[in-house]
Amino acid sequence: MPDLEDLYREIILDHYRNPRQRGELEVPPAHRVEGYNPLCGDEIVLYLDVQGDAIADVRIGGSGCSISQSSASMMAAAVKGKTVEEVRALSRAFKAMMSIHETTIGGDGTEAEAEDFEGEPGAKLGDLEALRGVVKFPVRIKCATLSWNTLAQGLEEAGV
Amino acid sequence: MAVNGLDVARVKKDFPLLAHQVNGAPLVYLDSAASSQKPQSVLDVMDEAYSTYYANVHRSVYTIAAQATEHYESARNRIARFVGVNPNELIFTKNVTEAINLVAYSWGRANLKAGDVVVLTEMEHHANLVPWLMLAAERGIELRHLSMADDYTLDLSNLDELLEGAKLLAFTAVSNVLGTINPVRHLADAAHAKGALVLVDGAQWVPHLPTDIAALGCDFFGFTGHKMLGPTGIGCLWGRAELLDAMPPFLGGGEMILDVRLDRFTTKEIPHKFEAGTPPIVEVIGLGAAVDYLETIGMDAIREHEVALTDYALRTLGERFGDTLTIHGPTDLAQRGGTLSMALADVHPHDVSQILDTRNVCVRAAHHCAKPLMRRLGVGATARASLYLYNDEADVDALADALDATARFFAP
Repeated sequence: MPDLEDLYREIILDHYRNPRQRGELEVPPAHRVEGYNPLCGDEIVLYLDVQGDAIADVRIGGSGCSISQSSASMMAAAVKGKTVEEVRALSRAFKAMMSIHETTIGGDGTEAEAEDFEGEPGAKLGDLEALRGVVKFPVRIKCATLSWNTLAQGLEEAGV
Repeated sequence: MAVNGLDVARVKKDFPLLAHQVNGAPLVYLDSAASSQKPQSVLDVMDEAYSTYYANVHRSVYTIAAQATEHYESARNRIARFVGVNPNELIFTKNVTEAINLVAYSWGRANLKAGDVVVLTEMEHHANLVPWLMLAAERGIELRHLSMADDYTLDLSNLDELLEGAKLLAFTAVSNVLGTINPVRHLADAAHAKGALVLVDGAQWVPHLPTDIAALGCDFFGFTGHKMLGPTGIGCLWGRAELLDAMPPFLGGGEMILDVRLDRFTTKEIPHKFEAGTPPIVEVIGLGAAVDYLETIGMDAIREHEVALTDYALRTLGERFGDTLTIHGPTDLAQRGGTLSMALADVHPHDVSQILDTRNVCVRAAHHCAKPLMRRLGVGATARASLYLYNDEADVDALADALDATARFFAP
């Protein structure tokens, strides 16, 4: 069994206990989207304020497990102030980190190396790297990707 | 040692999975409300069926086809007797979900029109909500709901008011989240007094309590095999013969017909009218063996054991965790089964179950297919431990130790 410390890194627990960008934004101009994880009942409410080609502000509501909430917190902190293009690159990098590992489940359990998903120019995962260990716990991957899927939905609704 | 008529140590030995080791240690299986484990006798009977007399049923005259049919119908007879009904009123379905959908589709579409009222409860599993929501979208029927009171029982104060003009009252006999045992007979009598029929979701009742459907006074009753030591893929719907006779068929196909022309068909008598296509033959035979096993142990002994173990669990968890652990369910043992929906302070159920898993403690962390109830409880999910005949005090202690480790792991 993989080590729990791989899943619950200190930085994840910190984002869980002290979530960043928590709250709401006025709608409109912001867009409000909801994301659900039907497996476990996690809910994310995402407020997204897109000005021109940039994410002017983002806020997170809802409730869920430490992985879904910390992932949302890290995501919100990472995308605020970024251009839509940068956010999309970051999203691809994050999902690559999740899915590359997903496909190696049942293999030798070793971690895929960073270069596997750092083909995204300008995409620095930063704190989000802490979620790398989630892929050793396949049922939790959906917890980590919930906020990113909700963000994609938000970008779509914002028409960017 | 058991404090009652049930020898758990012996019972445990009948279940091969409970002796199986995962990560070098045996399992503490506390998820029987989701699905139960299977005794060796069920596995043996199913293996014997496939190995020695397997053939399709109700079709051929050769020896093993006749044997298969005999075993299959014998299982129906034993299952019917086990729940106190006539075998010709016992329809095999895939599970309770299909049983309720059968009623919604066949009886509902023949009898409900726009504005007709179906009364449900806030405690329902999605299986007893979504089929009626689908019918409401299609037909414009009105849905009303009995609320949950703060003591986790149904609020019956407006029961008669809600039943006014209703065509059907459909509710769960035992909540899969709270463990609450609902007053089935009382609810059925109240509905009948207002001219409504009664459908009972017995998924969490039949595995744990002696069942006499006739005495419960309902009109339809669904239950499922895999929660009562039987295989997956086999459930049952019981209905009153006069209702089933009058209902149109649900699925059409082979097995359910008497005659087919290119422009018409006639159906068989019940229960076969509702059993289109090749049925889950060996699963039915397996469920028959599960019923035999439960009868050997005795449902009274199982209920008694679960009451004693639930009492032990509530006391142990209460003493060790106090206010840091909330158990969403009645405290009165007479009004509850062995389902413990837990909320550990400051730790999400999903994280609870992750830490518990490192100690092989199997609980379900989710919304338990009852999202409206979770919203009523004000939570997104709970960690649910559910007890059955093969659980003992050591399992409860392992749960408490694992919860303790969880609380320490997540302590700031």
